[in-house]
Amino acid sequence: MPPAMLADTALAESAVTVSIPHSTTPTILLIACGALAREILAVIECNGLTGMALECLPATLHNRPEHIPEAVREKIRAARGRGIETVHVVYADCGTGGRLDRVCEEEGVTRIAGPHCYAFFDGLDDFAARADEEIGAFFLTDFLARQFETLIWKGMGMDRHPDLRDLYFAHYDRVVYLAQTDDPALDAKARAAADRLGLRYERRKTGYGALADFVQRAASSGC
Amino acid sequence: MSDEEDDIVLSELSNEELVQQMHDDLYDGLKDEILEGVNILLERGWAPYKVLTEALVEGMRIVGIDFRDGILFVPEVLLAANAMKAGMGILKPLLAETGAPKQGKMVIGTVKGDIHDIGKNLVSMMMEGAGFEVVDLGINNPAENYLEALEKEDADILGMSALLTTTMPYMKVVIDELKAKGVRDNYVVLVGGAPLNEEFGKAIGADAYCRDAAVAVETAKEYMSQRMHNQ
Ligand code: B12
Repeated sequence: MPPAMLADTALAESAVTVSIPHSTTPTILLIACGALAREILAVIECNGLTGMALECLPATLHNRPEHIPEAVREKIRAARGRGIETVHVVYADCGTGGRLDRVCEEEGVTRIAGPHCYAFFDGLDDFAARADEEIGAFFLTDFLARQFETLIWKGMGMDRHPDLRDLYFAHYDRVVYLAQTDDPALDAKARAAADRLGLRYERRKTGYGALADFVQRAASSGC
Repeated sequence: MSDEEDDIVLSELSNEELVQQMHDDLYDGLKDEILEGVNILLERGWAPYKVLTEALVEGMRIVGIDFRDGILFVPEVLLAANAMKAGMGILKPLLAETGAPKQGKMVIGTVKGDIHDIGKNLVSMMMEGAGFEVVDLGINNPAENYLEALEKEDADILGMSALLTTTMPYMKVVIDELKAKGVRDNYVVLVGGAPLNEEFGKAIGADAYCRDAAVAVETAKEYMSQRMHNQ
């Protein structure tokens, strides 16, 4: 699928192969969560990186993390079957409790460090340092701000059962939007999400955080 | 269907049909119907413990199986748990009066740094449903909360929950603290939460990792009967 047509709903629900401009004969494969597709492409494009292919698993796997490790393994093996040896996994641990790391180790591939994408966008050390203070924070990224309605509001059943909001969010006090880009429309969406959850709103520009370094290093790993 | 019609239907059912209907209503997260069903069974002279186990716990056991098998997801489980909680609100004071069987006492809480609590609440409820007394410390608990409560409550079991990869290691901190105080062996330590597994439970020195609430109840019962045996 060409980048311009990357629909969020497709990224949320299906496995998507993203074609990257100027990467006609890729030797490096990135296997990523659909929630990171646009951000990875942005890093590739703005750094003029070449030689990479990007395959995404559905972002909804996020809610079924027990299926992530084997889904990633399958993609790695399929790539090896096509002769692509250099593979990088752009998934945080994502609640697999170390099982994804074990797959990466067994298959001999690297993974971006961190427990979840919120932490690597924010910067792992900064995120950890703020953990106590932000214990009541619910985080949004660009992807989640765009997909809040589908993945959170509807996905968690709050459209059908508004009472669920209080059961989920009773202990939360704020939404922190970790913004990858400066986009007033997304800022407005994130603020509306906070309002809907009845939580105070904060925006923090993170840019691509540790994702940018990881993708750039991946680009030079193919030789 | 209006509430009034529902009333008529529920109270016209035989006991067996009503219990079956309550399992369905619990599955569908229908709190009002569950409250009504509980009251009807009590009016018909059912012991509170019988209502609890046959109508609510059994219904929730079915929900648990379908959640484990990926047929139900979090919202449905949470609605079902909420309906069961409402039913238990009626039964709990009555259970205390009528002297239902007592299994043991558990202190449970989500560990420091973590505020996920749906699974922990479900485990608390199913443990109560199985006759355990449960002291729920809520979320974000540092080690001292667990240690104080265990001592104060003279508990038999410690339950810890974690849903984040970053917070699961804290369970070891709590267990090590129990060891340092020389009280580790006074308690059965059960741990749970989606990112955990059996290997992790062993590595941190817990007595058992429990995949879900049903396993938690079975495991707790086994340990309690071993304890009785050894005393
Ligand atoms: C529901 C949910 C939420 C709800 C929580 C509502 C609440 N009040 O708890 C909301 C939407 C608010 C939420 C928020 C966040 N979440 Co959340 N959440 C989940 C989700 C989808 C389901 C968890 C759940 O409730 N399951 C239902 C219950 C019934 O199951 P359970 O918890 O596993 O419990 C059962 C067993 O494990 C066991 N058990 C559980 N505890 C215990 C204890 C004992 C003693 C025993 C014996 C057994 C036992 O028995 C239970 C019943 O059968 C998981 C994904 C997943 N599938 O696990 C992510 C997940 C845990 N969340 C995650 C994340 C990242 C977050 C956020 C940081 C996201 C954000 N955008 O900000 C925030 C947390 C912020 C903060 N300040 O801490 C990640 C964790 C990733 C990681 N590396 O650790 C997960 C894995 C999703 C993902 N893949 O990214 N979340």
